Amino acid sequence: MELDLLVQRFQEKDRRAFEKLYEMYHVNIHGVIHTIVRDRELAEELAQDVFIKIWNNAASYNSSKGRFFTWILNIARNTAIDELRSRNYKNLKKNLSADYFVGILERADSEDTETPDTKGLKKLVNGLKEKCIELLELLYFKGFTQKDASEELKIPLGTVKTRNRNCISKLRDNIDLEWI
Amino acid sequence: MDIEKYISSGILELYVAGLLTEAENREVSEYAKSHPEIEKEIRAIEAGVLALSKAASPGITEKSRIEQLWATMDERENKPVIKMEKPRTNWFAYTGWAAALVLLAGLWWVYNQNQELRTDMQTRVNEVQQLESQIEAARNSLVQTRELFNQLRDKDVTIVPLSGQQVAPDAYARAYWKKDTQEVYIDAQGLPEPPPGMVYQVWSLKLSPLTPTSIGLLESFATDDNKVFVLPNANETEAFGITLEPAGGSESPTLEQLYTLGAVATS
Repeated sequence: MELDLLVQRFQEKDRRAFEKLYEMYHVNIHGVIHTIVRDRELAEELAQDVFIKIWNNAASYNSSKGRFFTWILNIARNTAIDELRSRNYKNLKKNLSADYFVGILERADSEDTETPDTKGLKKLVNGLKEKCIELLELLYFKGFTQKDASEELKIPLGTVKTRNRNCISKLRDNIDLEWI
Repeated sequence: MDIEKYISSGILELYVAGLLTEAENREVSEYAKSHPEIEKEIRAIEAGVLALSKAASPGITEKSRIEQLWATMDERENKPVIKMEKPRTNWFAYTGWAAALVLLAGLWWVYNQNQELRTDMQTRVNEVQQLESQIEAARNSLVQTRELFNQLRDKDVTIVPLSGQQVAPDAYARAYWKKDTQEVYIDAQGLPEPPPGMVYQVWSLKLSPLTPTSIGLLESFATDDNKVFVLPNANETEAFGITLEPAGGSESPTLEQLYTLGAVATS
């Protein structure tokens, strides 16, 4: 209930409620954007833009249409993708799918430049198949539809939904493991 | 409703991803309110995505502080929101090319104009030359006519009117005889044009006995403008006659073709 209340106050333009939500989610938003633009500083700037949009468009959120996080996740994806588009990236989709977490993790492994951040990510996706990580990335961070993702990963459209559920389950298992 | 089945269908994961239609979203949202298990499941899925997205961030800096965010917002409120970076058109280049084109067109026009003027001027020069030669000719003609006129009004000139004869009663001519220079000016204005192959021949006549002496032919009669012909005459003429003869003239006059005749008045 606390979240619902926060969101409600935020929609009434309560600055403190907004600051709380910002504290809760701004690193996540930075992570989502970074996944798309692959530029740490730019991702920070864009994350700021996203939260300004959120503040300015507070009234347009409606809880019956989805989770608050889903709403801001969507704004973040669109902002990041617009940025790529404005830079005249050709073949945007190809660009979006070119570099997955997997690649980053593998590079971190081979170069032995493991940072605490990649370490956390690695732990989180430990045991997840490559296709699984890619699917999560496409659906949650890059805004691919089920159809787009099935084409991109060459898996049947009908299995996207269940596979996604399985992948999320494994991820949840890994989170639970961290508490042990 | 089979809640277990609903949960395991994977629809809640898509709900969190924001990949459902508006109607589906509303449906899930309703179920979440009425079924705590569904609400719980959604939160767990969201927690997974939150963990993943947090891990995806390579770390943030001072820039991401909330104070910075408020500052940025204040700044944007005071400034125009849209920083339109106009696509920089290279006006210098465009203007340069445009100017070059205009100049080229201008040069072409001037060249054409010049050519036209040149042709025009040449035409005028030709015209002027023609007019000049016409004036020259007229002046010459005037001089000649005046000279002729002066000759004819000389006090020593004997004027002999020649009247039409039987073949041509309407014909007439006049002889102006300058005895001092032994010249006769025949004014043949009143004679008809001779037929082709024929020519007028002028005779000096002595009357008793009748002795004709040819003093010349009125050649190129048709083309002569003033129809005044100058012929030499050293004879003691008593009368002048003009006959029509075959081209080249005859030894003696063909009297049947005597056009005009006039006697010199004895003073």
